[in-house]
Amino acid sequence: MQSPNGIEVRNLSFSYSGKPALTDATFQARAGKFTGLLGPNGAGKSTLLSLLTGLLGGCGGEISIDGIDTYKHPCQALGRVGIVFQQSALDLDLTLEQNMIYGAALRGWWGKDARQKITQVLELMNIAEQRRAKVRELNGGHRRRLEIARALVHQPAVLILDEPTVGLDIQTRNELVAHVHQLTTSENITVLWASHLVDEIHESDDLVILHKGRVRSAGPVTQLLQQHSCPTVLSLFERLTCADQKLVN
Amino acid sequence: MITDSRHPYIVALAAIIWRESLRFIHQRTRFIAALVRPLIWLLVFAAGFRSILGVSITPPYETYITYETYIVPGLIAMIQLFNGMQSSLALVYDREMGSMRLLLTSPLPRSYLLLAKLAAGTVISLFQVYAFLLIAELTVIDIPAAGWFALAPVLIVSGLMLGAIGLALSATIRQLENFAGIMNFVIFPMFFLSSALYPLWRMRESSELIFWICTMNPFTYAVELLRHALYLKLNTQGLIITSTCLVLIFAFAVWRYNASWRSPRQRTGEISKKE
Repeated sequence: MQSPNGIEVRNLSFSYSGKPALTDATFQARAGKFTGLLGPNGAGKSTLLSLLTGLLGGCGGEISIDGIDTYKHPCQALGRVGIVFQQSALDLDLTLEQNMIYGAALRGWWGKDARQKITQVLELMNIAEQRRAKVRELNGGHRRRLEIARALVHQPAVLILDEPTVGLDIQTRNELVAHVHQLTTSENITVLWASHLVDEIHESDDLVILHKGRVRSAGPVTQLLQQHSCPTVLSLFERLTCADQKLVN
Repeated sequence: MITDSRHPYIVALAAIIWRESLRFIHQRTRFIAALVRPLIWLLVFAAGFRSILGVSITPPYETYITYETYIVPGLIAMIQLFNGMQSSLALVYDREMGSMRLLLTSPLPRSYLLLAKLAAGTVISLFQVYAFLLIAELTVIDIPAAGWFALAPVLIVSGLMLGAIGLALSATIRQLENFAGIMNFVIFPMFFLSSALYPLWRMRESSELIFWICTMNPFTYAVELLRHALYLKLNTQGLIITSTCLVLIFAFAVWRYNASWRSPRQRTGEISKKE
Protein backbone atom coordinates (compact mmCIF):
# COMPACT_ATOMS: atom_id res chain seq x y z
CA MET A 1 0.00 0.00 0.00
CA GLN A 2 2.95 2.33 0.58
CA SER A 3 3.29 4.75 -2.28
CA PRO A 4 6.74 4.97 -3.84
CA ASN A 5 6.00 8.55 -4.80
CA GLY A 6 4.03 10.42 -2.13
CA ILE A 7 3.26 13.97 -3.28
CA GLU A 8 5.42 15.90 -5.69
CA VAL A 9 4.85 19.58 -6.37
CA ARG A 10 6.94 21.33 -8.99
CA ASN A 11 7.00 25.05 -9.83
CA LEU A 12 3.45 25.62 -8.70
CA SER A 13 2.18 29.16 -9.07
CA PHE A 14 -1.26 30.58 -8.54
CA SER A 15 -2.78 34.01 -8.09
CA TYR A 16 -6.11 35.60 -7.20
CA SER A 17 -6.96 38.71 -9.21
CA GLY A 18 -3.32 39.07 -10.17
CA LYS A 19 -2.26 38.88 -6.52
CA PRO A 20 0.13 35.93 -6.15
CA ALA A 21 -0.98 33.38 -3.57
CA LEU A 22 1.65 30.81 -4.46
CA THR A 23 4.90 31.39 -6.33
CA ASP A 24 7.07 28.69 -7.82
CA ALA A 25 6.39 26.22 -5.01
CA THR A 26 8.42 23.03 -5.25
CA PHE A 27 8.62 20.30 -2.64
CA GLN A 28 8.05 16.63 -2.04
CA ALA A 29 6.08 14.84 0.66
CA ARG A 30 7.89 11.52 0.86
CA ALA A 31 5.91 8.29 0.78
CA GLY A 32 5.05 6.88 4.18
CA LYS A 33 6.26 9.98 5.99
CA PHE A 34 4.55 12.71 8.00
CA THR A 35 5.21 16.02 6.27
CA GLY A 36 4.26 19.18 8.08
CA LEU A 37 3.27 22.14 5.93
CA LEU A 38 3.96 25.05 8.24
CA GLY A 39 3.11 28.62 7.51
CA PRO A 40 1.55 31.60 9.20
CA ASN A 41 -2.02 32.59 8.37
CA GLY A 42 -2.25 33.72 4.77
CA ALA A 43 0.93 31.90 3.74
CA GLY A 44 -0.91 30.05 0.96
CA LYS A 45 -1.45 26.69 2.70
CA SER A 46 -5.16 26.41 1.94
CA THR A 47 -4.60 27.52 -1.66
CA LEU A 48 -1.93 24.87 -2.04
CA LEU A 49 -4.19 22.18 -0.59
CA SER A 50 -7.10 23.30 -2.79
CA LEU A 51 -4.84 22.88 -5.81
CA LEU A 52 -3.72 19.45 -4.60
CA THR A 53 -7.31 18.30 -4.15
CA GLY A 54 -8.66 19.77 -7.39
CA LEU A 55 -10.91 22.35 -5.72
CA LEU A 56 -8.93 24.98 -7.57
CA GLY A 57 -7.48 24.52 -11.00
CA GLY A 58 -5.80 26.37 -13.79
CA CYS A 59 -2.48 26.91 -12.05
CA GLY A 60 0.99 26.76 -13.50
CA GLY A 61 3.36 23.97 -12.53
CA GLU A 62 2.93 20.27 -11.88
CA ILE A 63 1.42 18.16 -9.13
CA SER A 64 1.69 14.42 -8.88
CA ILE A 65 0.04 12.31 -6.21
CA ASP A 66 1.23 8.76 -5.79
CA GLY A 67 2.89 9.09 -9.18
CA ILE A 68 -0.26 10.33 -10.94
CA ASP A 69 -0.39 13.71 -12.63
CA THR A 70 -3.38 15.52 -11.10
CA TYR A 71 -4.08 17.57 -14.24
CA LYS A 72 -3.94 14.71 -16.68
CA HIS A 73 -5.78 12.19 -14.49
CA PRO A 74 -7.65 14.16 -11.79
CA CYS A 75 -10.14 11.43 -10.88
CA GLN A 76 -7.46 8.76 -10.64
CA ALA A 77 -5.29 11.03 -8.49
CA LEU A 78 -8.20 11.94 -6.20
CA GLY A 79 -8.90 8.23 -5.73
CA ARG A 80 -5.52 7.95 -4.00
CA VAL A 81 -6.20 10.76 -1.55
CA GLY A 82 -8.02 11.06 1.76
CA ILE A 83 -8.84 14.66 2.65
CA VAL A 84 -9.66 16.37 5.94
CA PHE A 85 -10.80 19.93 5.33
CA GLN A 86 -10.24 22.86 7.63
CA GLN A 87 -13.97 23.53 7.58
CA SER A 88 -16.02 20.54 8.74
CA ALA A 89 -17.61 18.60 5.89
CA LEU A 90 -19.79 16.34 8.05
CA ASP A 91 -23.55 15.97 7.85
CA LEU A 92 -24.64 16.83 11.39
CA ASP A 93 -28.02 15.09 11.19
CA LEU A 94 -26.60 11.76 10.13
CA THR A 95 -24.93 9.29 12.48
CA LEU A 96 -21.20 8.63 12.46
CA GLU A 97 -21.81 5.40 10.62
CA GLN A 98 -24.04 7.04 8.01
CA ASN A 99 -21.43 9.73 7.39
CA MET A 100 -18.85 7.00 6.93
CA ILE A 101 -21.05 5.01 4.55
CA TYR A 102 -21.67 8.13 2.47
CA GLY A 103 -17.96 9.00 2.35
CA ALA A 104 -17.00 5.44 1.38
CA ALA A 105 -19.66 5.27 -1.32
CA LEU A 106 -18.49 8.51 -2.93
CA ARG A 107 -15.20 6.67 -3.37
CA GLY A 108 -17.03 3.76 -5.00
CA TRP A 109 -17.17 1.51 -1.96
CA TRP A 110 -20.36 -0.03 -0.66
CA GLY A 111 -21.67 -3.19 1.02
CA LYS A 112 -20.14 -5.70 3.37
CA ASP A 113 -16.49 -4.86 2.67
CA ALA A 114 -17.18 -1.18 3.21
CA ARG A 115 -18.96 -1.86 6.51
CA GLN A 116 -16.04 -3.95 7.74
CA LYS A 117 -13.55 -1.25 6.84
CA ILE A 118 -15.76 1.39 8.46
CA THR A 119 -15.76 -0.57 11.72
CA GLN A 120 -12.00 -0.96 11.46
CA VAL A 121 -11.24 2.74 10.96
CA LEU A 122 -13.75 3.83 13.59
CA GLU A 123 -11.94 1.53 16.02
CA LEU A 124 -8.60 2.87 14.82
CA MET A 125 -9.77 6.39 15.62
CA ASN A 126 -11.33 5.29 18.95
CA ILE A 127 -14.87 6.38 18.07
CA ALA A 128 -16.47 3.01 17.29
CA GLU A 129 -18.66 3.14 20.40
CA GLN A 130 -20.40 6.29 19.19
CA ARG A 131 -21.09 4.93 15.72
CA ARG A 132 -24.86 5.23 16.09
CA ALA A 133 -24.75 8.72 17.57
CA LYS A 134 -25.63 11.73 15.46
CA VAL A 135 -22.66 13.91 14.59
CA ARG A 136 -24.48 16.86 16.13
CA GLU A 137 -24.11 15.15 19.55
CA LEU A 138 -20.29 14.80 19.26
CA ASN A 139 -17.67 17.15 20.64
CA GLY A 140 -15.12 18.87 18.38
CA GLY A 141 -12.40 16.29 18.97
CA HIS A 142 -14.61 13.37 18.04
CA ARG A 143 -15.87 15.18 14.96
CA ARG A 144 -12.29 15.64 13.82
CA ARG A 145 -11.56 11.99 14.48
CA LEU A 146 -14.60 11.08 12.41
CA GLU A 147 -13.39 13.24 9.54
CA ILE A 148 -10.02 11.51 9.64
CA ALA A 149 -11.71 8.11 9.84
CA ARG A 150 -13.80 9.00 6.79
CA ALA A 151 -10.70 10.11 4.93
CA LEU A 152 -9.09 6.75 5.67
CA VAL A 153 -11.98 4.48 4.80
CA HIS A 154 -10.94 3.85 1.19
CA GLN A 155 -7.36 3.10 2.27
CA PRO A 156 -5.74 6.08 0.58
CA ALA A 157 -2.04 6.25 -0.17
CA VAL A 158 -1.99 9.91 0.82
CA LEU A 159 -3.78 11.75 3.62
CA ILE A 160 -4.06 15.53 3.33
CA LEU A 161 -5.18 17.50 6.38
CA ASP A 162 -5.82 21.24 6.38
CA GLU A 163 -5.37 22.67 9.89
CA PRO A 164 -7.20 19.73 11.47
CA THR A 165 -6.65 20.85 15.05
CA VAL A 166 -8.28 24.27 14.75
CA GLY A 167 -10.70 24.82 17.62
CA LEU A 168 -9.58 21.81 19.64
CA ASP A 169 -8.33 21.91 23.23
CA ILE A 170 -4.65 21.13 23.88
CA GLN A 171 -5.18 17.59 25.11
CA THR A 172 -7.39 16.61 22.18
CA ARG A 173 -4.98 18.31 19.80
CA ASN A 174 -2.00 16.38 21.17
CA GLU A 175 -3.92 13.09 20.97
CA LEU A 176 -4.90 13.78 17.39
CA VAL A 177 -1.37 14.74 16.35
CA ALA A 178 0.01 11.57 17.97
CA HIS A 179 -2.67 9.47 16.33
CA VAL A 180 -1.98 10.74 12.82
CA HIS A 181 1.76 10.33 13.32
CA GLN A 182 1.06 6.75 14.29
CA LEU A 183 -0.88 6.21 11.06
CA THR A 184 2.25 6.77 8.97
CA THR A 185 3.82 3.72 10.60
CA SER A 186 0.79 1.52 11.24
CA GLU A 187 -0.93 2.18 7.88
CA ASN A 188 2.07 3.31 5.83
CA ILE A 189 0.27 6.43 4.72
CA THR A 190 1.87 9.58 3.35
CA VAL A 191 0.60 12.46 5.48
CA LEU A 192 0.63 16.12 4.49
CA TRP A 193 -0.40 18.09 7.58
CA ALA A 194 -0.97 21.82 7.08
CA SER A 195 -0.78 23.90 10.24
CA HIS A 196 0.53 27.10 11.75
CA LEU A 197 1.29 25.41 15.07
CA VAL A 198 4.96 24.43 15.22
CA ASP A 199 4.61 22.04 18.15
CA GLU A 200 2.62 19.67 15.96
CA ILE A 201 5.79 18.82 14.04
CA HIS A 202 8.14 16.15 15.43
CA GLU A 203 11.86 15.92 14.82
CA SER A 204 11.44 12.73 12.84
CA ASP A 205 9.06 14.42 10.37
CA ASP A 206 9.61 16.16 7.09
CA LEU A 207 8.83 19.83 6.92
CA VAL A 208 7.82 22.39 4.32
CA ILE A 209 7.82 26.02 5.46
CA LEU A 210 5.62 28.25 3.39
CA HIS A 211 5.60 32.01 3.76
CA LYS A 212 3.97 34.64 1.58
CA GLY A 213 3.26 32.03 -1.07
CA ARG A 214 6.84 30.81 -1.35
CA VAL A 215 8.45 27.63 -0.06
CA ARG A 216 11.16 28.93 2.26
CA SER A 217 12.60 25.54 3.11
CA ALA A 218 11.74 21.88 2.65
CA GLY A 219 13.20 18.59 3.79
CA PRO A 220 13.62 16.38 6.86
CA VAL A 221 13.36 18.39 10.09
CA THR A 222 16.76 17.28 11.42
CA GLN A 223 18.43 18.24 8.17
CA LEU A 224 16.74 21.66 8.10
CA LEU A 225 17.69 22.37 11.72
CA GLN A 226 21.30 21.56 10.93
CA GLN A 227 21.29 23.49 7.69
CA HIS A 228 19.93 26.66 9.31
CA SER A 229 21.75 26.15 12.63
CA CYS A 230 18.52 26.27 14.62
CA PRO A 231 17.99 24.26 17.82
CA THR A 232 14.21 23.88 17.46
CA VAL A 233 11.48 23.89 14.85
CA LEU A 234 10.12 27.04 16.48
CA SER A 235 13.37 28.95 16.02
CA LEU A 236 13.67 27.65 12.46
CA PHE A 237 10.16 28.79 11.71
CA GLU A 238 10.82 32.20 13.23
CA ARG A 239 13.99 32.62 11.23
CA LEU A 240 12.34 31.72 7.93
CA THR A 241 9.15 33.71 8.40
CA CYS A 242 8.65 37.31 9.46
CA ALA A 243 10.32 38.21 12.71
CA ASP A 244 7.20 40.00 13.83
CA GLN A 245 5.04 36.97 13.09
CA LYS A 246 3.27 36.11 16.30
CA LEU A 247 3.12 32.39 16.72
CA VAL A 248 0.33 30.55 18.36
CA ASN A 249 2.26 28.11 20.37
CA MET B 1 -5.84 1.66 -1.79
CA ILE B 2 -9.21 0.36 -2.92
CA THR B 3 -9.53 0.35 -6.66
CA ASP B 4 -11.52 -2.79 -7.32
CA SER B 5 -14.98 -1.30 -7.04
CA ARG B 6 -16.81 -2.44 -10.15
CA HIS B 7 -19.50 0.16 -10.24
CA PRO B 8 -18.24 3.37 -8.63
CA TYR B 9 -20.72 5.44 -10.63
CA ILE B 10 -23.72 3.41 -9.53
CA VAL B 11 -22.48 3.25 -5.95
CA ALA B 12 -22.01 7.03 -5.79
CA LEU B 13 -25.45 7.61 -7.33
CA ALA B 14 -27.06 5.23 -4.84
CA ALA B 15 -25.22 6.93 -1.97
CA ILE B 16 -26.29 10.41 -2.99
CA ILE B 17 -29.92 9.31 -3.35
CA TRP B 18 -29.69 7.46 0.00
CA ARG B 19 -28.26 10.53 1.76
CA GLU B 20 -30.88 12.87 0.30
CA SER B 21 -33.64 10.43 1.29
CA LEU B 22 -32.30 10.25 4.84
CA ARG B 23 -32.21 14.02 5.03
CA PHE B 24 -35.74 14.17 3.70
CA ILE B 25 -36.96 11.66 6.28
CA HIS B 26 -35.34 13.72 9.03
CA GLN B 27 -37.04 16.86 7.76
CA ARG B 28 -40.67 15.90 8.36
CA THR B 29 -41.83 19.49 8.18
CA ARG B 30 -40.45 19.69 4.63
CA PHE B 31 -42.65 16.76 3.63
CA ILE B 32 -45.70 18.25 5.33
CA ALA B 33 -45.07 21.65 3.73
CA ALA B 34 -44.64 20.00 0.34
CA LEU B 35 -48.10 18.44 0.73
CA VAL B 36 -49.94 21.30 2.41
CA ARG B 37 -49.04 23.85 -0.28
CA PRO B 38 -50.66 22.06 -3.25
CA LEU B 39 -53.50 20.74 -1.11
CA ILE B 40 -54.50 24.28 -0.18
CA TRP B 41 -54.57 25.14 -3.86
CA LEU B 42 -56.58 22.04 -4.63
CA LEU B 43 -59.03 21.98 -1.75
CA VAL B 44 -59.45 25.69 -1.06
CA PHE B 45 -58.45 27.75 -4.09
CA ALA B 46 -59.92 25.39 -6.67
CA ALA B 47 -63.14 24.96 -4.69
CA GLY B 48 -63.58 28.71 -4.58
CA PHE B 49 -62.79 29.25 -8.25
CA ARG B 50 -64.54 26.26 -9.83
CA SER B 51 -67.71 28.25 -10.48
CA ILE B 52 -65.85 31.30 -11.78
CA LEU B 53 -63.26 29.65 -14.03
CA GLY B 54 -64.95 27.39 -16.54
CA VAL B 55 -62.76 24.95 -18.42
CA SER B 56 -63.99 23.81 -21.79
CA ILE B 57 -63.03 20.51 -23.34
CA THR B 58 -59.31 20.69 -24.11
CA PRO B 59 -56.89 17.85 -24.78
CA PRO B 60 -56.22 15.45 -23.14
CA TYR B 61 -59.68 15.69 -21.57
CA GLU B 62 -62.50 14.18 -23.60
CA THR B 63 -65.32 15.65 -21.58
CA TYR B 64 -66.03 18.56 -19.30
CA ILE B 65 -63.93 18.40 -16.17
CA THR B 66 -63.97 20.10 -12.81
CA TYR B 67 -61.50 22.87 -12.12
CA GLU B 68 -59.86 20.66 -9.46
CA THR B 69 -59.13 18.04 -12.10
CA TYR B 70 -57.66 20.70 -14.36
CA ILE B 71 -55.17 22.12 -11.87
CA VAL B 72 -53.82 18.81 -10.51
CA PRO B 73 -51.02 18.47 -13.15
CA GLY B 74 -49.99 22.06 -12.49
CA LEU B 75 -49.84 21.35 -8.77
CA ILE B 76 -47.74 18.25 -9.41
CA ALA B 77 -45.29 20.39 -11.36
CA MET B 78 -45.41 22.96 -8.57
CA ILE B 79 -44.38 20.26 -6.06
CA GLN B 80 -41.46 19.34 -8.29
CA LEU B 81 -40.46 22.96 -8.83
CA PHE B 82 -40.47 23.68 -5.09
CA ASN B 83 -38.59 20.48 -4.43
CA GLY B 84 -35.99 21.37 -7.07
CA MET B 85 -35.53 24.77 -5.47
CA GLN B 86 -35.23 23.25 -2.00
CA SER B 87 -32.65 20.72 -3.17
CA SER B 88 -30.66 23.54 -4.68
CA LEU B 89 -31.03 25.62 -1.54
CA ALA B 90 -29.49 22.64 0.27
CA LEU B 91 -26.65 22.70 -2.26
CA VAL B 92 -25.98 26.37 -1.55
CA TYR B 93 -26.10 25.59 2.18
CA ASP B 94 -23.71 22.66 1.73
CA ARG B 95 -21.37 24.86 -0.24
CA GLU B 96 -21.40 27.56 2.43
CA MET B 97 -20.99 25.04 5.26
CA GLY B 98 -18.19 23.17 3.50
CA SER B 99 -19.81 19.76 3.08
CA MET B 100 -19.97 20.27 -0.69
CA ARG B 101 -16.20 19.83 -0.73
CA LEU B 102 -16.57 16.17 0.13
CA LEU B 103 -18.66 15.68 -2.99
CA LEU B 104 -16.43 17.77 -5.24
CA THR B 105 -13.25 15.98 -4.20
CA SER B 106 -14.61 12.51 -4.85
CA PRO B 107 -12.90 10.78 -7.78
CA LEU B 108 -15.78 11.09 -10.21
CA PRO B 109 -16.50 13.70 -12.89
CA ARG B 110 -18.16 16.77 -11.48
CA SER B 111 -20.89 16.69 -14.11
CA TYR B 112 -21.81 13.17 -13.01
CA LEU B 113 -21.93 14.17 -9.34
CA LEU B 114 -24.24 17.07 -10.14
CA LEU B 115 -26.44 14.78 -12.23
CA ALA B 116 -26.58 12.37 -9.28
CA LYS B 117 -27.64 15.26 -7.03
CA LEU B 118 -30.35 16.13 -9.53
CA ALA B 119 -31.51 12.52 -9.67
CA ALA B 120 -31.67 12.37 -5.86
CA GLY B 121 -33.87 15.47 -5.78
CA THR B 122 -36.15 13.94 -8.41
CA VAL B 123 -36.54 10.74 -6.40
CA ILE B 124 -37.60 12.81 -3.38
CA SER B 125 -40.13 14.65 -5.54
CA LEU B 126 -41.68 11.32 -6.61
CA PHE B 127 -42.56 10.52 -2.99
CA GLN B 128 -44.13 13.94 -2.57
CA VAL B 129 -46.11 13.78 -5.81
CA TYR B 130 -47.56 10.33 -5.18
CA ALA B 131 -48.51 11.25 -1.60
CA PHE B 132 -50.28 14.34 -2.97
CA LEU B 133 -52.02 12.34 -5.69
CA LEU B 134 -53.22 9.80 -3.16
CA ILE B 135 -54.87 12.52 -1.08
CA ALA B 136 -56.27 14.16 -4.23
CA GLU B 137 -57.71 10.85 -5.39
CA LEU B 138 -59.30 10.23 -2.00
CA THR B 139 -60.88 13.67 -1.88
CA VAL B 140 -61.73 15.46 -5.12
CA ILE B 141 -60.47 13.91 -8.33
CA ASP B 142 -60.50 10.62 -10.19
CA ILE B 143 -57.31 9.49 -11.88
CA PRO B 144 -57.28 6.47 -14.24
CA ALA B 145 -55.49 3.55 -12.56
CA ALA B 146 -53.00 3.23 -15.44
CA GLY B 147 -52.34 6.97 -15.21
CA TRP B 148 -50.51 6.41 -11.92
CA PHE B 149 -47.96 4.26 -13.72
CA ALA B 150 -47.83 6.28 -16.93
CA LEU B 151 -47.01 9.33 -14.85
CA ALA B 152 -43.79 7.91 -13.35
CA PRO B 153 -41.41 8.24 -16.36
CA VAL B 154 -42.79 11.66 -17.17
CA LEU B 155 -42.31 12.75 -13.57
CA ILE B 156 -38.64 11.81 -13.87
CA VAL B 157 -38.18 14.01 -16.95
CA SER B 158 -40.10 16.97 -15.51
CA GLY B 159 -38.47 16.53 -12.08
CA LEU B 160 -34.99 16.56 -13.61
CA MET B 161 -35.77 19.62 -15.71
CA LEU B 162 -37.29 21.60 -12.85
CA GLY B 163 -34.49 20.47 -10.55
CA ALA B 164 -31.94 21.59 -13.16
CA ILE B 165 -33.39 25.11 -12.97
CA GLY B 166 -32.68 25.13 -9.24
CA LEU B 167 -29.22 23.68 -9.84
CA ALA B 168 -28.44 26.42 -12.35
CA LEU B 169 -29.60 29.03 -9.87
CA SER B 170 -27.51 27.51 -7.08
CA ALA B 171 -24.47 27.63 -9.37
CA THR B 172 -25.06 31.29 -10.09
CA ILE B 173 -25.99 32.54 -6.63
CA ARG B 174 -23.15 32.64 -4.18
CA GLN B 175 -24.92 33.50 -0.93
CA LEU B 176 -27.62 31.67 0.92
CA GLU B 177 -29.62 34.77 1.80
CA ASN B 178 -29.83 35.82 -1.87
CA PHE B 179 -31.21 32.45 -2.83
CA ALA B 180 -34.47 32.82 -0.91
CA GLY B 181 -35.20 36.11 -2.69
CA ILE B 182 -34.44 34.70 -6.12
CA MET B 183 -36.78 31.77 -5.47
CA ASN B 184 -39.69 34.20 -5.27
CA PHE B 185 -38.68 35.71 -8.59
CA VAL B 186 -38.52 32.28 -10.20
CA ILE B 187 -41.15 30.05 -8.65
CA PHE B 188 -44.15 32.35 -8.73
CA PRO B 189 -43.63 33.80 -12.23
CA MET B 190 -42.99 30.31 -13.60
CA PHE B 191 -46.10 28.96 -11.94
CA PHE B 192 -48.49 31.78 -12.79
CA LEU B 193 -47.19 32.34 -16.33
CA SER B 194 -48.01 28.81 -17.38
CA SER B 195 -50.96 26.55 -18.09
CA ALA B 196 -50.93 25.28 -14.48
CA LEU B 197 -53.98 27.24 -13.31
CA TYR B 198 -55.76 28.15 -16.54
CA PRO B 199 -55.63 26.97 -20.16
CA LEU B 200 -53.48 29.08 -22.46
CA TRP B 201 -56.43 29.97 -24.71
CA ARG B 202 -57.93 31.78 -21.75
CA MET B 203 -54.69 33.71 -21.34
CA ARG B 204 -54.76 34.63 -25.00
CA GLU B 205 -58.27 36.06 -24.62
CA SER B 206 -56.93 38.41 -21.97
CA SER B 207 -53.51 39.30 -23.29
CA GLU B 208 -51.54 38.22 -26.34
CA LEU B 209 -48.29 39.23 -24.61
CA ILE B 210 -48.91 37.10 -21.52
CA PHE B 211 -49.96 34.22 -23.74
CA TRP B 212 -46.68 34.57 -25.64
CA ILE B 213 -44.69 34.62 -22.38
CA CYS B 214 -46.54 31.50 -21.21
CA THR B 215 -45.59 29.68 -24.41
CA MET B 216 -41.93 30.57 -23.75
CA ASN B 217 -42.08 29.13 -20.24
CA PRO B 218 -40.65 25.57 -19.99
CA PHE B 219 -42.86 25.01 -16.95
CA THR B 220 -45.91 25.15 -19.27
CA TYR B 221 -44.58 22.20 -21.27
CA ALA B 222 -43.75 20.21 -18.15
CA VAL B 223 -47.33 20.75 -16.94
CA GLU B 224 -48.80 19.68 -20.29
CA LEU B 225 -46.55 16.63 -20.39
CA LEU B 226 -47.80 15.59 -16.95
CA ARG B 227 -51.43 16.40 -17.81
CA HIS B 228 -51.37 14.14 -20.86
CA ALA B 229 -49.51 11.33 -19.07
CA LEU B 230 -52.14 11.22 -16.32
CA TYR B 231 -54.69 10.38 -19.01
CA LEU B 232 -52.40 7.95 -20.83
CA LYS B 233 -51.47 10.26 -23.67
CA LEU B 234 -48.07 11.42 -24.82
CA ASN B 235 -47.57 15.12 -25.37
CA THR B 236 -44.71 14.95 -27.87
CA GLN B 237 -44.15 18.69 -27.95
CA GLY B 238 -44.03 18.80 -24.16
CA LEU B 239 -41.58 15.89 -24.04
CA ILE B 240 -39.24 17.40 -26.62
CA ILE B 241 -39.22 20.87 -25.07
CA THR B 242 -38.91 19.60 -21.49
CA SER B 243 -36.05 17.23 -22.44
CA THR B 244 -34.25 19.90 -24.45
CA CYS B 245 -34.58 22.40 -21.60
CA LEU B 246 -33.27 19.74 -19.20
CA VAL B 247 -30.13 19.20 -21.30
CA LEU B 248 -29.48 22.91 -21.87
CA ILE B 249 -30.12 24.04 -18.30
CA PHE B 250 -28.11 21.18 -16.84
CA ALA B 251 -25.20 21.92 -19.20
CA PHE B 252 -25.32 25.54 -18.09
CA ALA B 253 -25.31 24.51 -14.41
CA VAL B 254 -22.32 22.20 -14.92
CA TRP B 255 -20.47 24.92 -16.80
CA ARG B 256 -21.14 27.39 -13.99
CA TYR B 257 -20.09 24.93 -11.28
CA ASN B 258 -16.88 24.07 -13.13
CA ALA B 259 -16.14 27.73 -13.73
CA SER B 260 -16.67 28.74 -10.13
CA TRP B 261 -14.91 25.81 -8.46
CA ARG B 262 -12.12 24.79 -10.75
CA SER B 263 -11.01 28.12 -12.06
CA PRO B 264 -10.59 31.20 -9.90
CA ARG B 265 -11.20 33.45 -12.92
CA GLN B 266 -14.90 33.56 -12.30
CA ARG B 267 -14.74 33.54 -8.56
CA THR B 268 -11.83 35.49 -7.32
CA GLY B 269 -9.52 36.58 -10.03
CA GLU B 270 -7.37 35.67 -12.92
CA ILE B 271 -4.88 32.90 -13.29
CA SER B 272 -1.19 33.47 -13.22
CA LYS B 273 0.34 31.16 -15.78
CA LYS B 274 3.82 30.03 -14.98
CA GLU B 275 6.10 29.39 -17.90
